[in-house]
Amino acid sequence: MRLAVSLFATPFNFALTVLSVGIILLVLPPFLNFMIFDATWHGTSRADCLPNAGACWPFIKAKFGQYVYGFYPIDERSRPNVAFALGALLLAPLLIPSAPFKWLNSVLFFGVYPVIAFVLLTGGNLDLRIFLLGRFFDLRSIVDLGVTGGLRSTFWADFLLSSSFLTAFAALAAGVIGASIRRAAAICLMVVALLGAVLLAFDLDFGLRSVETRAWGGFLVTMVVAVTGIVVSLPLGILLALGRRSELPIVRFFSIAFIEFWRGVPVITVLFFATYMLPLFLPSGVSFDTLLRALVGVALFSAAYMAEVVRGGLQAIPRGQYEAAAALGLGYWRSMSTVILPQALSLVVPGIVNNFIGLFKDTTLVLIVAIFDLLGQLRASFSDPNWATPVTLYTGFAFAGVVYFVCCFAMSRYALFVERRVNVAGRR
Amino acid sequence: MTDTIDNIGREAVAIDMIGVHKWYGEFHVLRDINLRIERGDRVVICGPSGSGKSTLIRCVNRLEEHQRGRVIVNGTELTANLRHIERVRQDVGMVFQQFNLFPHLTALENCTLAPVQVRGTSHKHAEEIAMHFLNRVRIPEQANKYPSQLSGGQQQRVAIARALCMNPKIMLFDEPTSALDPEMIKEVLDAMVNLAKDGMTMIVVSHEMGFAREVADQMVFMDGGQIVEMNTPKEFFESPRHERTKLFLSQILR
Repeated sequence: MRLAVSLFATPFNFALTVLSVGIILLVLPPFLNFMIFDATWHGTSRADCLPNAGACWPFIKAKFGQYVYGFYPIDERSRPNVAFALGALLLAPLLIPSAPFKWLNSVLFFGVYPVIAFVLLTGGNLDLRIFLLGRFFDLRSIVDLGVTGGLRSTFWADFLLSSSFLTAFAALAAGVIGASIRRAAAICLMVVALLGAVLLAFDLDFGLRSVETRAWGGFLVTMVVAVTGIVVSLPLGILLALGRRSELPIVRFFSIAFIEFWRGVPVITVLFFATYMLPLFLPSGVSFDTLLRALVGVALFSAAYMAEVVRGGLQAIPRGQYEAAAALGLGYWRSMSTVILPQALSLVVPGIVNNFIGLFKDTTLVLIVAIFDLLGQLRASFSDPNWATPVTLYTGFAFAGVVYFVCCFAMSRYALFVERRVNVAGRR
Repeated sequence: MTDTIDNIGREAVAIDMIGVHKWYGEFHVLRDINLRIERGDRVVICGPSGSGKSTLIRCVNRLEEHQRGRVIVNGTELTANLRHIERVRQDVGMVFQQFNLFPHLTALENCTLAPVQVRGTSHKHAEEIAMHFLNRVRIPEQANKYPSQLSGGQQQRVAIARALCMNPKIMLFDEPTSALDPEMIKEVLDAMVNLAKDGMTMIVVSHEMGFAREVADQMVFMDGGQIVEMNTPKEFFESPRHERTKLFLSQILR
């Protein structure tokens, strides 16, 4: 009853209601007819779809594997499946506020999972040859015990030597500037050990067949690009935002230069540059994986945008908060991480999610550098003559639309949930 | 738990300001400030607005940087050395006019944050300390509320407890009651009087003359960035020496 009153209360409301109902009536029936009532649901070839005016769902069913995995070898598809499942398994408790072990969970998801996913998807066993010292000296004459379990002795000897030198150098540098030698050495060792663990995982031969990223495609690539972009852009964006507000002129200058550069360049240009121009500038013999280059491009690009969103949040925090934190003896990083950022980030949740959603949809642009994400696979599948029907094209795009909508809508709903949650914790 | 306030530092002089000057651009905010505060002293600074009172006490924990002269706090001179600054700040508590509680944390979390983060106290022990001081300022029942759920007076008392949790040797109060409704001023002043009775070294920028009379060892009157007059409360209120002081007192005492 109240609804009816509010819908028809004034002539203006009445007109709006009529107009809205008209639009719904105009759009919804044809949409439902195409998607459901006139659609073909069962069949094995184009012949089954030809009589019907609606969507040709058997086409999607037949191509589904391609849409999800691209040209990933069919008998290896369990690997992306495991990667997807593991990701979902680790992400779900991270998104549920009441789930325990948040810290361990984050370390697993942000630290360990990328390494596992990388090894699973590529097959690992990178066959690393040269670390640092190997670039200047030919170490093969000193250590060459061949390759065991995918590990090349020359590389790992190089790694151990280089990291000892680095640690010694860090300790020395700390001694010179009067900082704690022990602490510098400990930090350096920790970084080196982490790097070593990651490299070891990449280098070990787990007996997985190597799958080049060129063979990846479909939703797999969409997820890899989007998740990498999201996971890298937030921390990097936060650092850039802090850098832009830093009192150290050099840090500030580089942060501003970085942000303005990436914001000033269209993402397509970035991808083109990374894929086709960068190899021209690199010394011959040095090459990076195409997908990796696109990943780096997308991540840096979205980090610059993220930085500006975060900066907006930082600017909204009153000066008194900085002063109160300082007066308690909290140093810069502690006051940022425990006082300023928790408040600033919760203010800009809508902006951050906006960026994530934009990034998720922008991943389709990797198509132009010959990486076949979901949309790319879709377009490739249109040329299959076995499924050439008048509705194939519409069916494909309808499917892609639904997939993207579900992902983006889920993100947006989750963001609303987070927003409400952080607002419950009393604000001024 | 040790009663932390009795645990005072070794140096007899808590704060020593020698020939301190400060400028904001062209504006000369502090002119040749010489102030020595002994441990256990309770100093109340008053003066007209813009006279540099707040700037002076903010120089003590280097929320403001002085440009000439020396500031020595608990035996550590404040220079550009960040480590010295952080050490001084850990031992100097500050209470602000606008409370500046952290709105995303409960009263209890406001109190435990710095001890856990800076001193490395365990969460459990930090909470015990926090509850001890929340008890002292008489709001233990508000421990789990967020600042926005508290009245101004309660917020300011949480702010006092928060500063005390760091076991400071000196407490700075920058007009702690100026942003409060009249009926809440007393509860905050009571907390401060209790603190003074325990022997805390305090510098208070305030126009609460009743409070000053009750607790101050020294009154400092500032005008135009200078210390015009410094005296015991009795002398200060009963026979001020400078014309400027007399005028000021006549205006605020009425």
